[in-house]
Amino acid sequence: MATFATFTALGLLLFALCVAALVWAARSGQWDDLDTPSVRMLVDDEPDAPPEPPHA
Amino acid sequence: MMNPTPLRNHRMHDPQALPLPLKIDHSPVQHFAYDNRTVRDFLWATLLFGVVGMAVGVLAALQLAWPAANFNLPWTSYGRIRPLHTNAVIFAFAGNAIFAGIYWSLQRLCKARMYSDWLSRFHFWGWQAIIVAAAITLPLGITTSKEYAELEWPIDIAIAVVWIAFAINVFGTIARRRERHLYVAIWFYIATIVGIAMLHIVNSLAVPVSWTKSYPVFAGVQDALVQWWYGHNAVAFFLTTPFLGLMYYFLPKAAERPVYSYRLSIIHFWSLIFLYIWAGPHHLLHSALPEWAQTVGVAFSVMLIAPSWGGMINGLLTLRGAFDKVRTSPVLKFLVLAITAYGMATFEGTMLSLRSINAMSHNTDWTVGHVHSGALGWNGFLAFALVYWMVPRLYRRSLWSTALANAHFWIATVGILVYVVSMWMAGITEGSMWFAFNDQGRLQYRDWIEMIRAVQPFYWVRLAGGVLYLGGIVLCCVNVAMTVRGATLLADEPAEAPALAPDTDHEDQIATALAIPDRRQRGTALHRLVERWPTLLTILATIALLIGGALEIIPNLIQGALSPRIASVQPYTPLELAGRDIYIREGCVGCHTQMIRTLRAETERYGEYTRPGEGIYDRPFLWGSKRTGPDLAREGVIRPMAAWHYQHMADPRAVAPGSVMPAYPWLLTDDTDFASLPDRMRALAGMPIYTPYPPPRIAGAVQEAKSQAEAIAGQLRSQDLRLAGETKLADKEIVALIAYLQRLGTDLGKPTPAGK
Repeated sequence: MATFATFTALGLLLFALCVAALVWAARSGQWDDLDTPSVRMLVDDEPDAPPEPPHA
Repeated sequence: MMNPTPLRNHRMHDPQALPLPLKIDHSPVQHFAYDNRTVRDFLWATLLFGVVGMAVGVLAALQLAWPAANFNLPWTSYGRIRPLHTNAVIFAFAGNAIFAGIYWSLQRLCKARMYSDWLSRFHFWGWQAIIVAAAITLPLGITTSKEYAELEWPIDIAIAVVWIAFAINVFGTIARRRERHLYVAIWFYIATIVGIAMLHIVNSLAVPVSWTKSYPVFAGVQDALVQWWYGHNAVAFFLTTPFLGLMYYFLPKAAERPVYSYRLSIIHFWSLIFLYIWAGPHHLLHSALPEWAQTVGVAFSVMLIAPSWGGMINGLLTLRGAFDKVRTSPVLKFLVLAITAYGMATFEGTMLSLRSINAMSHNTDWTVGHVHSGALGWNGFLAFALVYWMVPRLYRRSLWSTALANAHFWIATVGILVYVVSMWMAGITEGSMWFAFNDQGRLQYRDWIEMIRAVQPFYWVRLAGGVLYLGGIVLCCVNVAMTVRGATLLADEPAEAPALAPDTDHEDQIATALAIPDRRQRGTALHRLVERWPTLLTILATIALLIGGALEIIPNLIQGALSPRIASVQPYTPLELAGRDIYIREGCVGCHTQMIRTLRAETERYGEYTRPGEGIYDRPFLWGSKRTGPDLAREGVIRPMAAWHYQHMADPRAVAPGSVMPAYPWLLTDDTDFASLPDRMRALAGMPIYTPYPPPRIAGAVQEAKSQAEAIAGQLRSQDLRLAGETKLADKEIVALIAYLQRLGTDLGKPTPAGK
């Protein structure tokens, strides 16, 4: 039965990690906007001009 | 005063942030370049190993239809070829496709180059080196024989190292992103990285004997549970989550429209990862696994249909109003069929996990058909969509031939149908013949060969399906080669984006706290910050507790708290151990199960169903998942005659006409490795396994093995007059293997040893 206990613990650990990620995502505003990300990912802006040479 | 929040990161619900056009982005635009070289390299590896892995698959299919294709050589016999095929297509073909797609999409979604070019190189070459190592060791018979985790421990360590390099590269890129929002695809990538790391490490825990041999720390039922927890979740986190992430990136790109519902995609992700991890036990229904664990597996498998179909529907509806594009775009053709195959395979998976259906389908070719509808349809076609989408963009030139790509699509689609339907029919034929009873209540088909003869035509048809699919990828390679001929790779693709300004209070506070020069004051400030966020604190505490709990439980397991015990079950003798390792080396588990399920048709055919306590010395467990040949759990009871096994291994068809088993002539001529037996037994007797081999027995292992071998050689000489003159018989590997086969399943009927 020790294996089952270990795996239940590991499963719960993973569960806790998922909850942590979920809470982080919600709190940090990841899902405040659920409308534009799907559109914005379609836009890959091509640079207008070649990068300027580095200057002071 | 100007609002410091840049335009692209403002919150939609923030009224001060509106109206949009009046906001001015003050962050300086940064110029950088996407790394396309790594993407290209992974794509080439995908195609190369796709051709190799599928060709090996065709060979394996041919061997089952026409056993002469085993060539009577150890390196080309089915038991070694099958794991070579599965490893090549999963970890080399699908793996490289995943990495190509992630390296392409992650950079663009994060608006950042991959974190480290060095890590990208290391990841690419490290992974290819692992593949080469697998391609060398598996045909040599260096294998753990645990499905999809066959590679031995040094390669397992290399996999972990390369995987961690990949993780650092991905998380570093995410940390340096210039886009606040993590697009849903990135969440799927993160789940892949975390999930595979955990699964791989736990399932690979083993005690090494030499560079090429190890014994797993788990045994019997426990090893089975760990293995299928791994096996099922390898499907989840290697063949599902990364491909779903890729779908959420490449499907909208190819269709030029946003995903049907972004909300649904978020729900899809979280529900999928919360459910998948528990479904593994559905691979062990009606077995010696405790029934409650089986039921948990079934319940979660049924629930899994919801996120799976949610994802499929989200994918297909993305093409709402754009289905006309499927007519002209090969990329969309491949994507649509991939998503459809995902839906069909997940529906079938849920159905096959139901007890009643599983009773009939398990161990048959139905399962083989099921995995191939997922692998060929979902993984393969998504990989091909990626190739056709990325190659023209990497080389700034349109695809050489759309017609050829369409031809690939149709040939491969027909190939999948031919493959899957023939395996469905073979599987249902096998299941119904195994379970058929006659009027007298006895098994209708006692002779295994009857079943083999019945499915033989399906094996030929399956071979045709595989050849078609292989032909498809060859067309793909031609098309890609012609497309890139004379073209130069856009190795560093210029891009620009404003820097990401920190926009949360937390980050500011952390930055302020980190800036405190005094170490102690800094520590106090950080600690106060953590305390102020109760949720975060709770989570960190929970994680700490769980790690502690796991650490507390593992020693219990390690100290051999293996239950339940059966007093008459004793460790293998040294010779039986040598024979068992030969059985593992030859991949016998690819066709023979050692698990008599709690079903009448099985106990009628093989004898007493397998008890959990019978496997406590089985490292690894050898329950198997496919019965091309009969179950061997009670082979020692059913077929104790040594000479039968000898002749059967020499030429299976001489003993059982119609058999598709390879011949093993080298077992008759090669000498058993007696010398390493003490080392092997020491590994099994030491920490953390503690098999009861007392030191004197280990010291005398070679002597004990040789005297048992002499006894079996004596049986052979008396049972088969042709062997009467063989003097060196006892040294041969066949004798060790016979010792193991004669032992199988006999413990249950033995009297309990004295003193127990």
